[in-house]
Amino acid sequence: MEQSSIITIKELIKRFPVGKGEFTALNGINLAFNTGEFAGIVGPSGSGKTTLLNIIGSLDTATEGKAVVMGQSTGDLTTKSAAKLRRMHLGFIFQTYNLLPVYTVYENVEFPLLLLKLSDSERRKAVNDALEWVGLTDKIKSRPAQLSGGECQRVAIARAMVKKPEIVLADEPTANLDAANSHNILKMMLKLNEELKTTFIFATHDDKVIKYLKRKITLEDGKVVKDEFITK
Amino acid sequence: MIAFKLAWRNLIGAGLRTWLNVFVLSFIYILIIWHYGILDGWNHQANIDMKAWEAGNGQYWQQNYDPYDFFTLEESHAKIPEVLQKASSEGVVTPILISQASVYPDGRIQSMLLKGIIPDQKVVAIPSAELDTESEAMPAGSPPAERTGQEIPVVIGRRMAKSCKLKEGDITTIRWRDVNGTFDAAEVKVVKVFNCNVPNVDAGQMYIHINTLREMMQAPGEATMFIIGKDFEMNETVSGWEYKDYDFLMSEMNEMMKMKKVGGSFFYLILMLLAMLAIFDTQVLSIFRRQKEIGTYIAMGMTRTQVVSLFTVEGAMHAILAVIIGAIYGIPFLLWQMKTGMTMPAGSDDMGIAIAESIFPVYGVGLIITTVLLVLIITTIVSYMPARKISKMKPTDALKGKIQ
Ligand SMILES: Nc1ncnc2c1ncn2[C@@H]1O[C@H](COP(=O)(O)OP(=O)(O)OP(=O)(O)O)[C@@H](O)[C@H]1O
Ligand SMILES: [Mg+2]
Repeated sequence: MEQSSIITIKELIKRFPVGKGEFTALNGINLAFNTGEFAGIVGPSGSGKTTLLNIIGSLDTATEGKAVVMGQSTGDLTTKSAAKLRRMHLGFIFQTYNLLPVYTVYENVEFPLLLLKLSDSERRKAVNDALEWVGLTDKIKSRPAQLSGGECQRVAIARAMVKKPEIVLADEPTANLDAANSHNILKMMLKLNEELKTTFIFATHDDKVIKYLKRKITLEDGKVVKDEFITK
Repeated sequence: MIAFKLAWRNLIGAGLRTWLNVFVLSFIYILIIWHYGILDGWNHQANIDMKAWEAGNGQYWQQNYDPYDFFTLEESHAKIPEVLQKASSEGVVTPILISQASVYPDGRIQSMLLKGIIPDQKVVAIPSAELDTESEAMPAGSPPAERTGQEIPVVIGRRMAKSCKLKEGDITTIRWRDVNGTFDAAEVKVVKVFNCNVPNVDAGQMYIHINTLREMMQAPGEATMFIIGKDFEMNETVSGWEYKDYDFLMSEMNEMMKMKKVGGSFFYLILMLLAMLAIFDTQVLSIFRRQKEIGTYIAMGMTRTQVVSLFTVEGAMHAILAVIIGAIYGIPFLLWQMKTGMTMPAGSDDMGIAIAESIFPVYGVGLIITTVLLVLIITTIVSYMPARKISKMKPTDALKGKIQ
């Protein structure tokens, strides 16, 4: 199982400097994810979910131990190679959507493809496909300020998915959404997970999300206290 | 290339603040180009005017002559040497004899220079021919002693006319010292008031037939200086006379123009500083406010260098947009100025430099390119400085937007 893992985490420790001392946010994490998982890291506030997700996404580095993503040890990457890893293989979804406010829906979704230097026609097709997945083909020219929260998060999902990345990391994607919208986007992501075999990893304490998970990893004080696969 | 595309979207999206900065920058472009254009146009015109009215293609000065020293003026004339006499009779050079004298506008004494000139000379534009309008019985150029009851014709410029309250046809008294040092007086009649842009040949002087002046000074056949016309070429030196070439005669004015340009540069330096402060401020503010956006760029896989260049290009693009906006309203304005000229305010001609009533600016390609490049380069540097900070940001902190 180890060699086929898309993400492997070994003895990972993360400490933050706090004042004169240190705070241990992650304390000896061991985890492996396979391609196509739909997994969630759950746990109380402050348990280290975001920190773990950031390290997997190579936005942060471990103090000790290893996080290997797509065969690359994120701690050993230069900032340039880490950027390339994110550009090619990772998609992010944030609690606050993080859309670019001056861009239209279309331009927001197009952005990752511009970084990949795809041609005009390739971009147009991929953006239209992605907007179709999330059902926003009629809002192409709107700007984020003109959209509802649910619509914004759907744009963010389209943006994360448009380049068909191997892994999507979603930190509290439903925290700002009502129940109907939360179910809506989770169904959407589940469908993409099944159709495109994209690996999804959530950080959440939202029960609505947890209901959809196929694997639930519980974190407490920086340690994995439970790791269960859910069969429906 | 992608940085340009994204920067463009961001700038246009940023709206009013962008356009405010762009407008200020475009204004600076136009102002610099216009002002230097005016100075260059002025210089160009002044050169033409001074050549036509005063300097000719150079001058010969009697060795004692010093235009800034009135006390030696009476010793600064001498017999005309043969070569110059020959050239003079061919009309390619023309002699000028200069003496001090005084007039009495409103009963007050005012000193001036009496300049003797040959009426039919064609070397400079002074309308000396007007001095020749006297009757045959009393030819112009007769010594004053033979002219009892007859005024001596003189020609003056409009500045002199104004300061002495004289107009064409007016008669006034002038006084001068003869060789023995005693005062002599005569009546002169203004036969012509000429309009000229060169104060040096106008203010405080009267033109008179050279022979009359020679008679008055008892200096027959003498001159103070010669103005050289177009087709005169001489390689030998003339003993007792100093050759002053055109560049020497222009050096004072060119020096003054340079000073004006330097003075202008200080003004633009301050203006640029203010504009750059605005851009710098915009950059600092936008980097601070857009931390989350920066974090998002990095999360999506932009390298830090790419993000830094994106923000730098965004800042620098102000200068590029300013060229476009500046061109829209600036080119018509600059062309209109070139066509109609700028009317100089009254009194601005007392500065000692030849100045026309309207100055027509001359815009050099070099001037325009230098201005545009200079503003672009400075804007880029000013935009880059705050953007450098991005490369030190931790992406996780940026995403949280918590950097102070
Ligand atoms: N940059 C930092 N400096 C110091 N401490 C930090 C830093 N980032 C996180 N921490 C600490 O690490 C712990 C884990 O934080 P993290 O954000 O991963 O929690 P979380 O599980 O995502 O919580 P939440 O559910 O509230 O989002 C917290 O106690 C937090 O205070
Ligand atoms: Mg969190």
